[in-house]
Amino acid sequence: MSDLHTVNKSPFEKNSLESCLRLSKAGSAILLYEDGVYGALKGTAVENMIASVVADKKVYVLGPDYKARGLDESRIIDGVEVVDYAGFVDLVEANDKVQAWV
Amino acid sequence: MKFSIQVNEGPYQHQASDSAYQFTKAALEKGHECFRVFFYHDGVLNGTRLTTPPQDDRNIVKNWTDLAEEYDLDLVVCVAAAQRRGIVDDGEAERNGKDATNIAPRFRISGLGQLVEAAIQSDRLVVFGD
Amino acid sequence: MSDTKNFMFLNRRAPYGTIYAWESLEVVLIAAAFEQNVSLMFVDDGVYELTKGQDTTGIGMKNFSPTYRTLGDYEVRHMYVDKASLEARGLTADDLVQVEWEDWETEESVDNIVEVVDSDRVAELLEESDVVFSF
Repeated sequence: MSDLHTVNKSPFEKNSLESCLRLSKAGSAILLYEDGVYGALKGTAVENMIASVVADKKVYVLGPDYKARGLDESRIIDGVEVVDYAGFVDLVEANDKVQAWV
Repeated sequence: MKFSIQVNEGPYQHQASDSAYQFTKAALEKGHECFRVFFYHDGVLNGTRLTTPPQDDRNIVKNWTDLAEEYDLDLVVCVAAAQRRGIVDDGEAERNGKDATNIAPRFRISGLGQLVEAAIQSDRLVVFGD
Repeated sequence: MSDTKNFMFLNRRAPYGTIYAWESLEVVLIAAAFEQNVSLMFVDDGVYELTKGQDTTGIGMKNFSPTYRTLGDYEVRHMYVDKASLEARGLTADDLVQVEWEDWETEESVDNIVEVVDSDRVAELLEESDVVFSF
């Protein structure tokens, strides 16, 4: 079992995603939501942050937040999975606990 | 599974309360139990019934009240944070000599011990904040 | 289910600029009163909460820094500081307050429970906890 880490900050504004990735163990689940969804995009200056961890951490993005911000799913980094709120709930249930990188 | 939710931001300024509401609703619809929703920091501002959003906007305070009505949720506003920010119920008005109250229906004001108890009693604590 | 859990308070905010650090400390004190195993973790700007010599007389706000030094008396046994966050801010352990701890029953004592730890250890400690409070 492992933890679910939630990140709700844009990686262009705050270092929450960076700290979360540095201080979470291999096997962790990471959910990007609210402005955190911008970290899931291909072709950005921070793309490599997520792309380099998808092999040993499972990264998710909250679809409703992503859609609200006018982003198309084709721009999501390979290996990142889209979930809805029910999926968010399932992730909380499936992991030992939640670490919020607010 | 038994969840508790912590909300650290007020309504409208930040998405945290909306996210917490959507999450809590989804969890309840899936048949999970919500032990308590605890409002802390500016999150206590979710508990004022004096909120009047424009007609074409969602009413976050009412959303919480309605959800609590439907699922018998325990919505707790932290007393220390509430006193700082002017969220008042009958008891607080009497204790502190205030001439009005503004607590929204289904919300109650109580101590931080309620958050600690929620963390002890629940399987998961999910924090929504800035 | 046991009524004692391992609580970890993850502090990532500087003091005074926002109220998070102060109100987080209020939860720590209550959690300790509930006889939970309470640890604190300081990461990112949270390390600024522990700097020595805070003086708020010029800004009209309460200086809550002395409260950290009393945490040992509230049975808080561990205060961890992320080494990378400290170094990134040009600080060392010498810049931080020291917090004494003593078990009055066993007379076991520790001069300073503030401990600087590396990233792997931070990740381990967070994962080993039962509940993480984020501020």
